[in-house]
Amino acid sequence: MMTISLIKLHEGDEAKVESIAAGKDATKRLYEMGLNTKARISVLKNDFGPVLASVNGNKIAIGRGLAEKVMVQKTEKEEENRDE
Amino acid sequence: MSNHKIALVGNPNSGKTTLFNAFTGSNQHVGNWPGVTVEKKEGILKYKNKEYDIIDLPGIYSLGAFSEDEIVAMDYVLSNDADVIINIIDSCNIERNLYLTTQLLEMSKNVVLVLNMCDEAQKREIKIDTAALSARLGIPVVTAVAYKGEGIEDIVEAVIKVIDDKKSYDNPVVYNENVLHHIEHIEEILEGCTLPYPTRWTAIKIVEGDNHVLEMIDECGLNEETIKQIKDFHKFHNKDSFELEVVDSRYSFANNVARDVVIRPEKEVKTITDKIDKFLINKYLGIPIFAAIMFIVFQTTFIVGEEIFGGLAADLVEGFGGILEGFLVLVNSPDWLVSLVADGLIGGVGAVIEFVPLITVLYLMLGFLEDSGYMSRAAYVWDNLMRKFGLHGKAFISMIIGFGCNVPGIMSTRTMENKKDRMISMLINPFMSCGAKIPIYVVFIAAFFPNHGALVLFTLYGFGILVGLIMAKVFNNTLFKGESSYFIMELPPYRMPTIKNVLRNMWTNVYDFIARAGTIIFTVVTLMWVLAVLPTSADPYSKESFLGMIGSFLVPLFKPAGFGTWQESVALFAGIPAKEAVVGTLGMLYAGEYMEEGKILVDVIRQHFTHLTALSYMLMVLLYTPCAAVLGTIGRETKSIKWVIFTALYTFLIAWIVAVAVFQIGSLLGFS
Repeated sequence: MMTISLIKLHEGDEAKVESIAAGKDATKRLYEMGLNTKARISVLKNDFGPVLASVNGNKIAIGRGLAEKVMVQKTEKEEENRDE
Repeated sequence: MSNHKIALVGNPNSGKTTLFNAFTGSNQHVGNWPGVTVEKKEGILKYKNKEYDIIDLPGIYSLGAFSEDEIVAMDYVLSNDADVIINIIDSCNIERNLYLTTQLLEMSKNVVLVLNMCDEAQKREIKIDTAALSARLGIPVVTAVAYKGEGIEDIVEAVIKVIDDKKSYDNPVVYNENVLHHIEHIEEILEGCTLPYPTRWTAIKIVEGDNHVLEMIDECGLNEETIKQIKDFHKFHNKDSFELEVVDSRYSFANNVARDVVIRPEKEVKTITDKIDKFLINKYLGIPIFAAIMFIVFQTTFIVGEEIFGGLAADLVEGFGGILEGFLVLVNSPDWLVSLVADGLIGGVGAVIEFVPLITVLYLMLGFLEDSGYMSRAAYVWDNLMRKFGLHGKAFISMIIGFGCNVPGIMSTRTMENKKDRMISMLINPFMSCGAKIPIYVVFIAAFFPNHGALVLFTLYGFGILVGLIMAKVFNNTLFKGESSYFIMELPPYRMPTIKNVLRNMWTNVYDFIARAGTIIFTVVTLMWVLAVLPTSADPYSKESFLGMIGSFLVPLFKPAGFGTWQESVALFAGIPAKEAVVGTLGMLYAGEYMEEGKILVDVIRQHFTHLTALSYMLMVLLYTPCAAVLGTIGRETKSIKWVIFTALYTFLIAWIVAVAVFQIGSLLGFS
């Protein structure tokens, strides 16, 4: 399984957080907001502006610069209904 | 004996202030976005003939704080002042909210857990076993829907029971072995030391590398050997990795608990929020929709506040003024008193009071926006554009709040993690046109642009944003270099604003407006009146009066911007204590001209200004030195008089340049 940056995911993709390579404060804040290792997230929106991710059904907007530093592992099952 | 203290602690936007209002009957500002409360607030709960002190705190995600508002909350929790902590949790968001709970439990605090917004959890088919949750955490758990007032009494009963039981709670958090080993090691080092906090908790915080606790260790008189051992531990271990390991331990504990007590539906229930967001934060529609919303706000404010109810208010003020004046003449009051009341009070303060309907509608609409959940969306759609100017989306929230009043606008920057972002946001906030400036615009709009009121207001506000952003860019490249901070923000679900909240927010603002008219505006206008009728050798309201002299002195400064009379210049001067005083002063100074001829202020304005000078005057008002309250807030928040002076001067300079440029270029192009 490949680890990719959150910013590379598309709307509807689901993924698991692997690691966060941002500054200490930002990393801690992301952790506290639920984006910690192994957390399951789904991408609600990623076209312009912050990436919008759902963590347990709660919407968290993450600035693009920071989203780039969130490394995730894509969960495959969503492949088939990506084109909806 | 003093009252028991009960503190409200929880994640941002979990409903602390709503609960606070329900407990204490207060009218604190609430809204549906993270970061509404930025200060500690206290109130009293009366229950069964007993009183309890309730402390409302800004929202926090953890006890490790980044921003000013979080530090306020964290310091209070750490101070051990509270007898019981009510930990409010958003029922839809248990995993994340429990993280903070684990930290409170680590401190062996007396905690009552409140599962708030149960109705929303129900809608999303999230089921929570409260009894099991209570057993796992070892603390009482109560369910509530704070905004409907459901569960309030249960919470109070649970709190009282905790106070009466006087038992302390164990920390149920399980740490991973590696971390646990180090925690125990530090615990051994600390054994026998007198610490302000529980030893175990202190040890955890040291392993975590918490700055607050490390500083405290230096200050609480431990022997040098202990301090050295702790410092060595730090040097030896890479504390960053421990920090995240401790966080991870808490999180996996919280997750385990949640997994056992929460049942989520197989597939997330699509809520109305998802559907609305498809449009409101759409790539192409986001900013146009924002603009449309603001335009609708101004249009409605104008139609309802000015055209429908504005005349009514004016008639009331004038009618009342006429009766009062008649009465004073009837009882043979001295001339000076009649003049003070007729010109100063009715002409001045009355001119401000006439705008109450307008302000009411404006604050109703802004309150509606705040309560709906749109604020974080506005931050979201603006983030991209804001970055081009060196800020990020969160800064935009402080700007919208500034539309109501710059004081809370500046206060709301407390939620920003990065000092540079915060400073810039504070310095540009005065360009966000506030409610107090609206009376000035409306008088000029009525005189010169009566058919395009909303458009002119919209353009002025938009221009304020533009100037603010340009200045942000300038500050970014000069005074405050460096990276802008990261942007993380929750987008809460949309909620139908409750009438109670919207009315409450409106009323606090309108009350404030009226109170200001009766206090500071009254004082300023009276002072101006005194200056306008003295010395007795000069004709009242003439150029030879003291006020006339001040105005004449200022005229050369404003002449290049097109407003050449001393009255217009001195009115701007009067606007420094409070912006409404500009209209108040103009009203008072021109009262002699219009009242006798049965005219209104607008008619006189029309005689003294042209379309072009009206425009440059409005721009001047939009941008120039903010009122004393705003300057005071900047002083308090930056803890420096230097920034107060800087703000006062640079805003004036920008305003002057813009007003002069508009007038000069406009004149050259042949406008008038």
